[in-house]
Amino acid sequence: MKLLYQFSIILFVSFLGEILYLVIPLPIPASVYGLILMLAALCTGIIKLSQVKEAASFLIEIMPVMFIPAAAGLLDSWPSLKPIWIPVILITILTTIIVIAVTGQVTQQMIQKEKKKKNELGKMGGKE
Amino acid sequence: MKSYLIDSMFFGAVVSLAAYEAGLFLKKKFRLAILNPLLIASLCVMAALILLNVEYTHYYESAKYISYLLTPATVCLAIPLYQQLELLKKNLKAIAGGIAAGVLASLLSVFLLAKLFSLDHAQYVTLLPKSITTAIGIGVSAELGGIETITVAVIIVTGILGNMTAEFICKLFRIEEPVAKGLAIGTASHAIGTTKAMELGETEGAMSSLAIAVAGLLTVLGASVFANLI
Repeated sequence: MKLLYQFSIILFVSFLGEILYLVIPLPIPASVYGLILMLAALCTGIIKLSQVKEAASFLIEIMPVMFIPAAAGLLDSWPSLKPIWIPVILITILTTIIVIAVTGQVTQQMIQKEKKKKNELGKMGGKE
Repeated sequence: MKSYLIDSMFFGAVVSLAAYEAGLFLKKKFRLAILNPLLIASLCVMAALILLNVEYTHYYESAKYISYLLTPATVCLAIPLYQQLELLKKNLKAIAGGIAAGVLASLLSVFLLAKLFSLDHAQYVTLLPKSITTAIGIGVSAELGGIETITVAVIIVTGILGNMTAEFICKLFRIEEPVAKGLAIGTASHAIGTTKAMELGETEGAMSSLAIAVAGLLTVLGASVFANLI
């Protein structure tokens, strides 16, 4: 029964996300509204971690499976993709590498800079 | 025999799950990054549909119940994020800067490469949302006049590619900080990449989940500006 209870809370938050999607005229899907609502509910204590944890872990674990139907949809979109598939695949590969490298490097360098700053501040404070 | 497959409420789901099990088995047996369970499963499903002569729309009729869980599962990504909230607060500046830089890099590189391959406007905007989660990407593509079915295909391929290669690319560019790794994976390859980030560690998974939402939202804004360039 615990899983059912947890699952119903998760579905309820998804439902609220769906309502926001219908009310707010932006191309933001119900799932992203739901993610933000869930985070807010956890932070404010409206929902406790123990009320969703196990069902959530299960759903996250099986998430890759949920993409199979959409991925197999390539079968249907292939005719329109065929004439441009070479540039498309090259763009896909190159941008994926670029985005991982840029995001990772910028984040890493900003974190290291911040750490350095804190260390220096700490040292200065020690001397005084 | 064929009508059983077409009218079945379970055929699509069964084929998908069986294909995924086959993918998991191969991954366990050979331990190669190229043997990605989602990739294998998708290829197996496509092969099965071709061999059995079942149209995709008939398959989808019963497979869609698997996809039904996608929204609740994405909502659940808030949980690892919540568990790493302190880390998020501590590195707020770096996280915001990193995701913003990644989104800009994504849009800019698609723009430059589209120019290089002289793609037309529709083809260009079809690719603009390629790094973000499918649900947002479809909306962006439709809004800007792109070809939705191709956008979905490219988003999925990007996700699988990121899932398979992210670990290697991070090593190549000496990205070792777990926060940076997670953000890089989520910004480049959305939820499909995030399943890999979860395997790497709790921090990586949480940061990748965060990047799905933030990069998605930033891309909605950025793509509407970049769309006017071609």
